[in-house]
Amino acid sequence: MTKIAVIDYGAGNLFSIARALEHCGATPVFTADPDSLRKADRAILPGVGAFGDGMAALRQASLSAAIAELAAAGNPVLGICLGMQMLFDASEEFGDHTGLALIPGRVLPLPRTRADGAPQKVPHIGWNDLCEPAPGRWAGTPLAAIAPGTSAYFVHSFAAVPADGRDAIATCVYGGHAITAAVQRDNVCGCQFHPERSGPAGLSIIRQFLA
Amino acid sequence: MANIRLIPRLDVKAPNLIKGVHLEGLRVVGSPGEFARRYYEEGADELLYMDIVASLYGRNNLEQIVSDTARDVFIPMCVGGGIRSVDDATRLLRAGADKVAINTAAIANPGLIETLSRRFGSQCIVLSIEAKQTRAGGWEAFTDNGREKTGRDAIAWAIEAAERGVGEILVTSVDREGTRKGFDIALADAIAGAVPVPVIASGGMGSVEHLVEVVRNGHVDAVAMADVLHYERLSLKEIRRAALDAGLAVRPEAPAALAS
Repeated sequence: MTKIAVIDYGAGNLFSIARALEHCGATPVFTADPDSLRKADRAILPGVGAFGDGMAALRQASLSAAIAELAAAGNPVLGICLGMQMLFDASEEFGDHTGLALIPGRVLPLPRTRADGAPQKVPHIGWNDLCEPAPGRWAGTPLAAIAPGTSAYFVHSFAAVPADGRDAIATCVYGGHAITAAVQRDNVCGCQFHPERSGPAGLSIIRQFLA
Repeated sequence: MANIRLIPRLDVKAPNLIKGVHLEGLRVVGSPGEFARRYYEEGADELLYMDIVASLYGRNNLEQIVSDTARDVFIPMCVGGGIRSVDDATRLLRAGADKVAINTAAIANPGLIETLSRRFGSQCIVLSIEAKQTRAGGWEAFTDNGREKTGRDAIAWAIEAAERGVGEILVTSVDREGTRKGFDIALADAIAGAVPVPVIASGGMGSVEHLVEVVRNGHVDAVAMADVLHYERLSLKEIRRAALDAGLAVRPEAPAALAS
């Protein structure tokens, strides 16, 4: 059986991701141990909270190096929410923090004004439609399981800006701005939204990642 | 723009789902877990669980109900009632809650907002305000199901709480709660216009027109509803369809997944 590691570095609610994985037929193994993580077939990096705290926790447990090794070995890695943001080079959340640098780019605050200049509420909380930047872009990604325009649940105040726009496999529109909703570079992918909280469509995305 | 969220509100006096009028005169409606699952299957955007007697007894009984629900409900859950500390919040988040709502304990100790939002992130912390109109254009924040006065102006309290770090504000009109006479639009608009975070309106929904009115004129980001759903006066599907027909930006019904 495929071994799915869920990286447990003390951040956030792992119960819902565990339940979603079980619902999709997987047996998640929670791990804070780098050696155990290196043996996983695929890994999920969850996360809520602040970028700097998350990265500090990953480094302290020597998990950041293990994630990099797993990714370099070609194993699928899925980051969710803060877990997706940490795949990038750096974030400006509460200062400047270095990330895992598996996908080039930076994490920036969501714009506080709408495209038309009116104030924009932050955090971005709620269901938003996933846009496919070009037809066929979702083939071979976890998003292959859903139709373009499907809604997913977001809750975040910062968003990733990939250095190479082609790494953004989905965007959504918030306050008139296109923001990064999902990314993929080779075997490393990430969702800004929460597939484990996005109902049946989210479960389909998880199943596709596991397939 | 994120879509306007339609949020079934489940007030709980463990182990029962209950419903009152003006947050009082509570009647047993049924099993909270069964209602939660039904609302998930009907396409709810989120669920709101409130232990509405928790503060009276200084305890929270929702943990078990939340963890049972989280087994097969895959949408966000906000849980409130009786949360006084980081430990209380941790327990509920571990049980499967995505957000916690605080009221009484934040009034008593506003610094709790900073403590919780620093620990869990602002997006995780919701301020619940029970507001009663005290004069024209003026509302006071209450606690304990609208029984206890706090002396705090509801709008000023919302502004302070947002500055202290709550990520969202749930505003319940005690005057309208359980009446099915529509939301307190002026209250919703006053709060939504005063804070930079999303606002959820609660209390008074009896028809789709009420929903449209509180979104259009109250400028809220999400709408909580209880009576209208619990007593099957309208289904969530009917509400969603009618809201779309009225031109509200709600999430369309999910297209069928392509694979598996």
